[in-house]
Amino acid sequence: MKAPLIAAGFALVASTAAAETLTVYAPDYFASEWGPGPAIQAAYEAECGCELEFVTGDVLPRILLEGERSEADVAIGLSQDEIARAGASGLFAPHGQDVSSLTMPVSWEDDTFLPFDWSHLAFIYDERTENPPTSFEALLALPDDTRIVIQDPRASAAGLALVMWVEALYGDKAGEAWERLAPKILTVTKGWSEAYGLFTEGEADMVLSYTTSPAYHIMAEGDESKKAAIFEEGNYLYVELAAKLASSDQPELAQGFMDFILSDGFQQAIPEGNWSFPAKLDPEKLPEVFRNLPVPATAVYVSAEEAEALKADAIETWRQGLSQ
Amino acid sequence: MAARSEPVARSLAALAAALVLALTLGTLVAVALRAEGFAGVSAAARDALWFTLWQAVVSATLSVVLAIPVARALARRSFYGRGAVITLMGAPFILPTIVAVLGLVAVFGRSGAINASLRALGLPEVSLYGAQGVILAHVFFNLPLAVRLVLQGWLAIPAERFRLAASLGMGPGAVQRGLEWPMLRGVLPGAWLLIFALCLTSFAVALALGGGPGATTVELAIYQAFRFEYDLGAASVLGLVQFALAGTAAALAWGLARPAVFAGGLGGTVRRWDGGGWLRVQDALCVALAALFLLAPLCAVALKGVAGLFEMPGTVWAAAGRSVAVALGSAALCLALTLPMALAARRGLWVQLVGVLPLAASPLVIGTGLFIVSYRWVRPDEIALLVTAVVNAVLALPFALAVLVPAAAEMRAGKGRLADSLGMGGFARLRLVTLPALRRPIGFSLGLAAALSMGDLGVIAMFADGDTATLPLQLYRLMASYRIEQAAGAALLLLALSLTLFWAFDRGGRADAGA
Repeated sequence: MKAPLIAAGFALVASTAAAETLTVYAPDYFASEWGPGPAIQAAYEAECGCELEFVTGDVLPRILLEGERSEADVAIGLSQDEIARAGASGLFAPHGQDVSSLTMPVSWEDDTFLPFDWSHLAFIYDERTENPPTSFEALLALPDDTRIVIQDPRASAAGLALVMWVEALYGDKAGEAWERLAPKILTVTKGWSEAYGLFTEGEADMVLSYTTSPAYHIMAEGDESKKAAIFEEGNYLYVELAAKLASSDQPELAQGFMDFILSDGFQQAIPEGNWSFPAKLDPEKLPEVFRNLPVPATAVYVSAEEAEALKADAIETWRQGLSQ
Repeated sequence: MAARSEPVARSLAALAAALVLALTLGTLVAVALRAEGFAGVSAAARDALWFTLWQAVVSATLSVVLAIPVARALARRSFYGRGAVITLMGAPFILPTIVAVLGLVAVFGRSGAINASLRALGLPEVSLYGAQGVILAHVFFNLPLAVRLVLQGWLAIPAERFRLAASLGMGPGAVQRGLEWPMLRGVLPGAWLLIFALCLTSFAVALALGGGPGATTVELAIYQAFRFEYDLGAASVLGLVQFALAGTAAALAWGLARPAVFAGGLGGTVRRWDGGGWLRVQDALCVALAALFLLAPLCAVALKGVAGLFEMPGTVWAAAGRSVAVALGSAALCLALTLPMALAARRGLWVQLVGVLPLAASPLVIGTGLFIVSYRWVRPDEIALLVTAVVNAVLALPFALAVLVPAAAEMRAGKGRLADSLGMGGFARLRLVTLPALRRPIGFSLGLAAALSMGDLGVIAMFADGDTATLPLQLYRLMASYRIEQAAGAALLLLALSLTLFWAFDRGGRADAGA
C-alpha cells in the first residue's frame, strides 16, 4: 500500500504543509488496502499532481453532521437509498458528467450523484444445493428447513436493499412475502461480514450477498463451488455513487476527480478491488471471470425517490413480517 | 477514612468523576443539542426496549448464579493449571463480536460439535438462534467476568478467618453462613449490575444470534437513528433511556448490597480446611464444565486462525502494535482515574452510579458526541488513537471500581488505622500501605482495561482512518473484503495479544499470591 508516509507520523504537518490535498470521504471497505482505494489513489495522484487523502467512516452521517464546514471535497460509496436524503441537504453539487453511455443495466438520470459501480443483490448458495431457486417466488416456496442468513435493514445497506427488493416485487403483499420467508431465516445480522462468515462456516445454506461474490472465490481462491441464484424476473440492482461537495475548498481537484471516476484508470480498479461491475468500462477490459459471470437478464430497480418514500414503512413491514 | 491523604485523593476523584460524566452524559447532551427535534419513541424501539430489559436481567442473573460455584471452587482448591484457567477467564469478554459469534457457532451451531454429537445419538438438535442464543452468548461473554469479580471477593477474606473457622470446627455449611454468604451479599449485586449494563447495550451479538427482529436491542435502534435516519433527537432520547435503565438498576443493586468488611488480616496465603470428600468432586466438576464451556469456542477461534496467521500482511502487524500501545495507555489512565476514586469513596450511591454510566452509554453516542464537540478544532483522525485510549479507560472504569472500592474499604478498616495512628501520608503511605494492599485488584483492573481496549471497535469508527487502524478494525476490513482466512488469523493474534496483556498485569488470581 502506497499510503502517504507523512500522514501516519506527521498528520499535523501533512494537513498544513501539503497545499493541494483532495479529501475523499469513503467507506472503510473502499479505502482499505484490500479495497479499490489504493489503486485509485495512485492513479489519480499521478494524473493531478496533487495528494488524495481518504477519510473513512460512515460517509453520509458524518457529512450531515459537519454540514458546510466539512473537510470533504468528494463523497464516495453512497447507496441508492441514501441519495434522496443527501440531495435534500443541498450540500452536494452537480457532477457534470455525460452519463448517457454507462455500462449499467438501467439508464441513469441524476446530475448530482454519479454511479461508479454496481452489482445485483443475490442469494449465494453452495453448488451442492439441490434445486436452487430461480425466482423470488421459488425462494419463498423453498422448504422451511432451508436456512438463509440476511442482514438487518436498519444497520446494513444490503439488508435495506433486500427490503426494497421485496417491496418492488410484492408491494402491498410484502408483509405476506416476509411471513413466508420467516421460517427459513436462520438469523439476521448487523452487517454483511457476519452474515457471509456464517455462510462460509457452513452454518447457513444461503446468504444474501451480490451476484459478483462468486467472482472472488473463483479468482482469489480457485473455488467454483459458490453460486449466485439468478432470478427469472431479475435481481435487485445495487448501485454505488459518488458526489462532490458544494462547499469544497478544492473545487478544481474535486471536479477533476469526478471526471476521473468514469475513466479507465478508476474503473479498472473496481472489479477486483470492490468485487463489483464498473459503471463504465468496455466489457473487453473486464477480467475474464467477470465477463463469464452469470447475471440476470433484467434488473429489479427502485429509484432513489421511491426508496426514500418507501423506506420507513417497508422496514416496519419487514419487522412485523419476521417477528411473527 | 484516611485523614491525611484525603484532600488529594478527593480532588483527584472529583476530577475523574467529572471526566466520566463528561464522556457519558456530556456526549449525550452534545448529540441532543444538535438534534432537530424530538419525536416519540417508535413502536419498534418500544418492542426492543422490552427485549433488551428481559434478556439483560436473565443474562446477568444466570452469569452471576453460575459464577458462584465456579468461583468457590477456584477459591478453595489449588490444582495444576489453576492460574491458566483464571487467566483464560479474561478472554471471551474482550473478543470482537464477530469472532466470538463464529467461535460459538463452531461449538453450538448447526454444524458445531454439540449438534453433531446429538445427531449421532439420534437426539433432536438444539438451535443457537433466538432468545436462547442471545442469552447463551451473553453468558459466554460475561460468566468469566462474574467469576473473576466473585473470586476477588473470596480472595479478600483474610486467611486468619478461615483458620479461625477451622479451629472452631466449622464445616462447609458454617463457613458458608459465617464468611462466604456475607461476602457474597457485598459482591454479587455489584457484579450483577455490571453485567446487566453490559447486556443492556449489547447489539451485534443480540442481532447475530437473535434469529430475527424479535430479538433486537435499544442499541440497534440508536444505530438505526444515527446511520439510516440521521435523527440525532431519537438517538439521544434512546441513549437517555439506557441511562435511566442502568441508573435504576444501580440504585437497586446499591440498596441490596451489604458490603462485608473482614478488617484486619495479615494477608497471608489462604488455606482451607473445609470442603473435603464429595465437595472436592463437585468443585472439580464446576471448574471443568465452566472451562469447557468457555474454552471450546476459544479453541475453535484459535484453530481456525492458525492457517491465516502466516498470511497476514504487514499492515495487520502494524495495527496490532498500535492496538497494544493504545491498550497500555488506556490501562494506565484507567488506574489513574479509579485509584483516587476508590480511595476517596465510601461506597456511596454516586460511586455506584458513576461506575455504571460508562457501561450503559452507547458507544455510538459517545463517539458522535465527541465528534460533534471536537471536529471544528481538530481533525478526527489525528486524535483517533487518543480518543480510543481515553474512552476505553473510562469504559474499563466500572470494572476497576468494582474490585478497587471494596479492597480500599478493606484496607482502610485494617492497615489504614495503623497508618493513620502513625501519621503516615502522601507518597510513603501510597508505597508502603496502599499499593501493597491493593496489588491484586490493581493488577486485575490494569489487565482488564488493557484487554478491553485491545478489542474495542465501537468508538473508533467515527474517528479512524486508514493510517490509524487498530487490530479489530483491520480484522473487520479483512472480513469485508472476503478474506475470511486472514481475518481468522487476525482474530487469533488479537486473542493472543489480549490474553498476554491481561496475564502480564493480572497475577492476583494465583493461589499462592501471598503478601
